[in-house]
Amino acid sequence: MKIGAPLVELKNVSMVYGSGQNAVKAVDDLTLTLHKGEFIAVVGPSGCGKSSMMKLISGLMPVASGSLTLEGKPISGPINKVGMAFQASNLLPWRTATDNVLLPLEIVQPHRSQMGSKREEYRDKARALLESVGLKGFTEKFPWQLSGGMQQRTSICRALIHEPEILMLDEPFGALDAFTREELWCIMRDLHAQKGITALLVTHDLREAVFLCDTVYVMSDRPGKIVKIQKVDLPRPRDIEVTYTQHFQELVQELRSHIGRH
Amino acid sequence: MQKFKETVLAPFLFVVALFVLWELICRGFSIAPTILPSPSDIWVAMVRYWDPIVSNSWQTLFTTLAGFGLAIVFGLLLGVFIGWSKTIYGALYPVMIAFNAVPKVAVVPILILWFGIGTVPAILTAFLISFFPIVVNVATGIATTEPELRDVLRALGASKLDIMRKVGIPRSMPYFFGSLKIAITLAFVGSVVSETVGSNAGLGKLMLDAQAAFKVELVFAALVALAVLGIVLYAITAWVEKRMTGWAHRGDNQGV
Ligand SMILES: Nc1ncnc2c1ncn2[C@@H]1O[C@H](COP(=O)(O)OP(=O)(O)OP(=O)(O)O)[C@@H](O)[C@H]1O
Ligand SMILES: [Mg+2]
Repeated sequence: MKIGAPLVELKNVSMVYGSGQNAVKAVDDLTLTLHKGEFIAVVGPSGCGKSSMMKLISGLMPVASGSLTLEGKPISGPINKVGMAFQASNLLPWRTATDNVLLPLEIVQPHRSQMGSKREEYRDKARALLESVGLKGFTEKFPWQLSGGMQQRTSICRALIHEPEILMLDEPFGALDAFTREELWCIMRDLHAQKGITALLVTHDLREAVFLCDTVYVMSDRPGKIVKIQKVDLPRPRDIEVTYTQHFQELVQELRSHIGRH
Repeated sequence: MQKFKETVLAPFLFVVALFVLWELICRGFSIAPTILPSPSDIWVAMVRYWDPIVSNSWQTLFTTLAGFGLAIVFGLLLGVFIGWSKTIYGALYPVMIAFNAVPKVAVVPILILWFGIGTVPAILTAFLISFFPIVVNVATGIATTEPELRDVLRALGASKLDIMRKVGIPRSMPYFFGSLKIAITLAFVGSVVSETVGSNAGLGKLMLDAQAAFKVELVFAALVALAVLGIVLYAITAWVEKRMTGWAHRGDNQGV
C-alpha cells in the first residue's frame, strides 16, 4: 500500500468540553497528519483525549483553536466521509447482521434516496462484505445470535459499507479475548490492503498498534499532545509471526517507554 | 409438560382451593351473607344479575379502553417529544413528576364539574392516570440511546429525525410495550374510581348502587366481574408485548 498525500491535518489543535468554570481541556496543541492510504495508531494513557480527537476529525466537536483540515479544507461539521467503530459493537438488536451493515446507506446520499429501488443490491453488497470478514452463514442472524468477535466484525463492516475515506476505530478489539483479537487484526490488515483505505486506530494495545500500523503516535496525559511519533518499518504484508521477532519487540518497548509516568 | 404444570395447572388448582376454603369458612362459621357472601351465593347473584353485570362491564371496558387509547396516543407523542432533547427532558420532567404525584381521584370531582356526570370523566380519569408510565418509558427508551451509536450516525450526517426514526423510536418500543401492562391496569382503576365517584353506568356505579341497596352478594359479583376483566386486559397487553418486541426477550428460549 502506497502512502499518498496528506488527507487529514491537525495543526496545534486544542479542544474543550463545556465552558466557563466547568471547561475541560481534552486535547492541547495536537499536531498530526494522516496521509491517504496510511494506517496510523494513537496510543496514550486513559483519559488523555484520544476519543475526543476522533470526535474532532469526524466533525462531531468543533476545535477550540488551531486548524483541522480534510484535503486542505477546514472541517466544520460532520463530513460523512468517515466510518466509525467502537469498543462496544452498538448493533441494533432488532436488525439482522446484514441490515445492521446497511444502516449507513440509509443515511448517506446518494444511497439514501436509492434505498427504495436498490435495496436488494445494497443487501448483496452488505452480505459480500460480511462474508469477506468470515461471516458466511451468519449474515441473517441477529446480533444476540453472534459471538462478541462476530459482532465486532459486523460493526467494522457497518463502518465500511459506504466506502468512507477514513476508517476510525476506537479500541475496537478492546473487549475481545487474545485469540479473537489476533484473528481480527489479520482481518483488519487484509481489509486495509484490499481496499486501500485510510485508517486511524485508537488502542491501548501496543502490539496491536505496531502490527497494524505504518505510524504510531503517542499522546501525553490530558490535555493530550503528541510526545512521540514512531514509524513502523516492518514490511507488508505482515504475518502474525512478525510479532515474535526481535525488531517487533524493540518497537513495542520503545513505545512503552514513552507512555505515562510509570 | 413441566411448563404446563407451572403456568396453568398450579395457579388453577390454587384458585379452586381458595374458593373451596372460602366456601367452607362461610358455611363452617355461618357467616351472614350480608357480611361475606360465600362463592356459591356470589354465583347465584351473578346468574341472577347477569344482564346488568354484562352491560355495565361493557361500559367499564369501553371507558377503560377509550382512556387507554388516548393514553397511548398522547403518551407516545409526549414521550418522543420529551426524549427529543436533553433540554426538553430537563424542562418537562419535574412538571411531569409533580403532575403524577397528584392523586388522580382528587381530579375526578373537577372533571365531573366540567363534563357532568357520565362517560367523559371516566374516560379522562383513565387517560390521566395511565398515560404517565407510557410517557416516562418512551422518553427513557429514547434518551438512553448509546452515545457512540448516536456519534456513528451523526458523523454520517444523520439529522435528529433520522436518529429518532432509525434508532430512538424502535429502541423505545420494548419500554413502550412494557409500560402498557402497567398503563392498562391503571386505566382500569381510573375508570372504576371515576364511576364510583360520579357516573350513571359501569361496574363502579353498579357496585355503588348495590351497596346502597345492601345487596352485598351483588357487590361481590361485580367485584368478580372486575377481576375477570382486569385479568383479561392484562393478559392481552402482556401477549401483545411479547409478540411485538421479541428481539428484546432474547435468550428466553435458549439454553434448552
Ligand atoms: N462529553 C464530555 N464532557 C466533558 N468532558 C469530557 C467528555 N468526554 C470526555 N471528557 C473529558 O475529556 C478527557 C478526554 O476524554 P477522552 O474520552 O477523549 O479520553 P480517551 O483518551 O479516549 O480515554 P480512554 O482511553 O479511557 O478511552 C477526559 O478527561 C474526560 O473526562
Ligand atoms: Mg476513549
